[in-house]
Amino acid sequence: MSMTTTQPPAPGSEAGSRTELSTGALPRRFPLLLLAGSALVVAGVLAAFSSFGPVAWALLTAVAYTVIIVTASVRVEGGRKAKDRLVTAIVYGCFLLAMAPLVSLLYTVADKGLDRFSPYFLTVSMNGVLPSMDAGGVYHAIVGTLAITGMATLMAVPIGVLTAVYLVEYAQGRLKKVITFFVDVMTGIPSIVAGLFVVALWMMLFGPGKTNGAAGAISLAVLMIPVVVRSSEEMLRLVPQDLREASYALGVPKWRTIVKVVLPTSAAGLTTGIMLAIARVIGETAPLVLTAGSSAVSINWNLFDGQMMNLPVFIFSQFRMGGAVNYERAWAAALTLVLVVMLLFFLARVIGRLFAPKTR
Amino acid sequence: MAKRIDVSGLHVYYGDFLAVEDVSMTIEPRSVTAFIGSSGCGKSTFLRTLNRMHEVTPGARAEGKVLLDDLDIYGAEVDPVLVRSEIGMVFQKANPFPTMSIYDNVIAGARLNNKRMPKSEADDLVEESLRGANLWEEVKDRLDKPGSGLSGGQQQRLCIARATAVKPSVLLMDEPCSALDPISTLAIEDLIHKLKEDYTIVIVTHNMQQAARVSDRTAFFNLSAPGKPGKLIEMGETNQIFTRPEKKETENYITGRFG
Amino acid sequence: MTTTDSPKAAPPPAGKRRIGDVVFAGLARGSGILILLILAGVAAFLLVQAWPSLMANTSNFLTDQSWDANSRENPSFGVAALAFGTVLAATIALALATPVAIGIALFIVYYAPRRLAATLGYLVDLLAAIPSVVYGLWGMMILAPKLVPVYEGMTRYLGWIPLFAGPASTSARTLLTAGIVLAVMILPIITAMSRDVFQQVPQGHREAALAMGATRWEMIRLAVLPFGKSGIVGGAMLGMGRALGETMAVAMILSPSLAISFDLLQSGNQTIAAHIALQYPEATGYGVSALIAAGLVLFAITLAVNMGARYVVARGNKESA
Repeated sequence: MSMTTTQPPAPGSEAGSRTELSTGALPRRFPLLLLAGSALVVAGVLAAFSSFGPVAWALLTAVAYTVIIVTASVRVEGGRKAKDRLVTAIVYGCFLLAMAPLVSLLYTVADKGLDRFSPYFLTVSMNGVLPSMDAGGVYHAIVGTLAITGMATLMAVPIGVLTAVYLVEYAQGRLKKVITFFVDVMTGIPSIVAGLFVVALWMMLFGPGKTNGAAGAISLAVLMIPVVVRSSEEMLRLVPQDLREASYALGVPKWRTIVKVVLPTSAAGLTTGIMLAIARVIGETAPLVLTAGSSAVSINWNLFDGQMMNLPVFIFSQFRMGGAVNYERAWAAALTLVLVVMLLFFLARVIGRLFAPKTR
Repeated sequence: MAKRIDVSGLHVYYGDFLAVEDVSMTIEPRSVTAFIGSSGCGKSTFLRTLNRMHEVTPGARAEGKVLLDDLDIYGAEVDPVLVRSEIGMVFQKANPFPTMSIYDNVIAGARLNNKRMPKSEADDLVEESLRGANLWEEVKDRLDKPGSGLSGGQQQRLCIARATAVKPSVLLMDEPCSALDPISTLAIEDLIHKLKEDYTIVIVTHNMQQAARVSDRTAFFNLSAPGKPGKLIEMGETNQIFTRPEKKETENYITGRFG
Repeated sequence: MTTTDSPKAAPPPAGKRRIGDVVFAGLARGSGILILLILAGVAAFLLVQAWPSLMANTSNFLTDQSWDANSRENPSFGVAALAFGTVLAATIALALATPVAIGIALFIVYYAPRRLAATLGYLVDLLAAIPSVVYGLWGMMILAPKLVPVYEGMTRYLGWIPLFAGPASTSARTLLTAGIVLAVMILPIITAMSRDVFQQVPQGHREAALAMGATRWEMIRLAVLPFGKSGIVGGAMLGMGRALGETMAVAMILSPSLAISFDLLQSGNQTIAAHIALQYPEATGYGVSALIAAGLVLFAITLAVNMGARYVVARGNKESA
């Protein structure tokens, strides 16, 4: 029973220190140095052909690094180690590949958005502004986004949280299964279909062609409800059973136990889930194009009367107009929207972090 | 081919915390060495440093020397992957790969080094390893069934077969019977007796009767105080440790349990 | 009714307590049922409003490729080309995103330094936070121009592969570009599901692999990937469901035409969702009703894919339990 590994002797290593527990090993610092080396050489070569670009540079560096380290590893460390190194390089590459669009996107939005992003832009509407004029802003769209998302939240949160309470605390048997199943179905509704649903509903109620903020809010609520149910359900299940039993043992009725013990215990988690749900729908464009209209230019606080502009639709309609000023407005509005979404996202995490681990 | 292990001045750390302090011992080939001691005294931690499995735990590191027949397994050029194929391990909870058949479980480790092993050679290796683990007769008709369908004791013997199929020289066993019923435990203990003809075996156990039954030599570990690192208190022939321990601590532990 | 079942509970004023419980339980139950009603409403209203145009349609809705629905007389439209474009775009997105997502999930769970892992995972989640209209803007104005020379190169050297036949679009506003952007958008979904299952791989299985001398990759191949298979498949299908229904990014990137074409580097193709968003503002006559009918088809396709995903995940959970 001797060693079953048959590794080729390492050409470069000192024969004296080799044991049968070691194949040749690339020096510990080798990958890092090689990476730096490949980056420099590739940069040099690209510069020599005067075609330096960050994408080509990163790509060629990655390829050069992978090829060299795998070749070196095959010669020094043997096939198994080489495969391991290859996979390591690929796995790191996958992550960096995913970061590339994120960085590019955020950079572009900031870079192009800042051309027009200003207090003026945020505080005036497009009322009386011709599409090609060097004026106007997104105040009306911010108003619309706040009103529509606010109303959607007011509808979706009670329904969503109560349904989660029902599923976790009350439901049994058939109805529980049916509701769980259809919440799953609802999660998969494409946002444009949610918009069409409200269009169809409005056509039956008010006849064709009526658009207003409330219609938009309902379509967003349809998208929001399943997200709220899912996240709330998860949070409620985290509340330890002992806590409920302790409350029952004190003679507190079930509904008061839920209201006074279960919901407060999971409040932070519920809030996090709701904020993430808001962050998800606040950027929804498609249903609002259909329901809230895409041509409003003035400030409208009334959800039930007339078209209502909002940030995502503003971006889309400016984009479709296609002039230089319109693109600038679209980018600045995109910056506004991304800032709002990021803010919600970070707040949700912070709330989740700060207040979550109250039990255990 | 069984090999000797020589440990000298070994410390194990979790981050900044010293978990095991200054262990030196010799583990004889073709014998069974048992590690006993109360929970949390560092015996399992120490066992894992013998094939560098502790490196899987983030922040864990070992200082000192562990010689496998004169080769330092912590040497600069040494590859932990090769150390582990030379020093196999069996865990507390039987862990056959759930998606693999019994056959594939046994052959999994050997395949790593020899991808294109001919079918006949693979068959022979599987049979040899399963026979070696006293499992062949029970499973020979269902080698293509998933390993997770076996009983707990059979699963543990399957894991032993899987470990021996790699042809290691040392087998480390981390409380291999603690999750098993008495009959399965007996089967594993019989197996350990048989395996020591070919392997160096180190077994961590909570069960002192088991240590007395299966081992040739016994090492007793203890904490010097709560929160302090674990230490090797005493090591010797099993017989001597259980009947005439030299240290007071050892005697307290043994009589306390036997009492 | 469902009241407290603790035997110790000394009942406070009995009537009061019962009313509170009944009302609250009723509210909770009512919300659950309301969800069912909303869904039934979605299906019913869509069907009712789609019906007139389907009745008036002079060609076969499922097989016709053209879209001429804006007249009051004899509308003629079909969803075939749109459905084809939808599935093709989602398939491209899936093919591009799944391997990368598996790589990212492996990176976060097994390769990244542990202190950074949570933060890096969070960065990937940020991709999901960016609104699709912003993806559309970016894809059309930043990504597409960069892809023009790439596509030209591809038609030159890979043109013999039918998918990459030339001549390449000079604006790169093609289905492949849309597919790439969709892939970025669904990356976080697939990554999240894969991460979850990778994290659930029992330590015992991973240690078993390492203890018999497996390298990190061999450990992943032996213990992690087989265990995580159903989670990966489920995540990929959920991602596909998302890609199928994605509207704005496609509407803004694609230079549409209604045709069934496999030429990914040429303009052409359109998806159902993008078609609805672009046509709706100009729809007259039977137009809106016809678009609603197209929406129903989209709903059916996504529903089938999502159900498939849940089924695969549920079966995987049962197996590993």
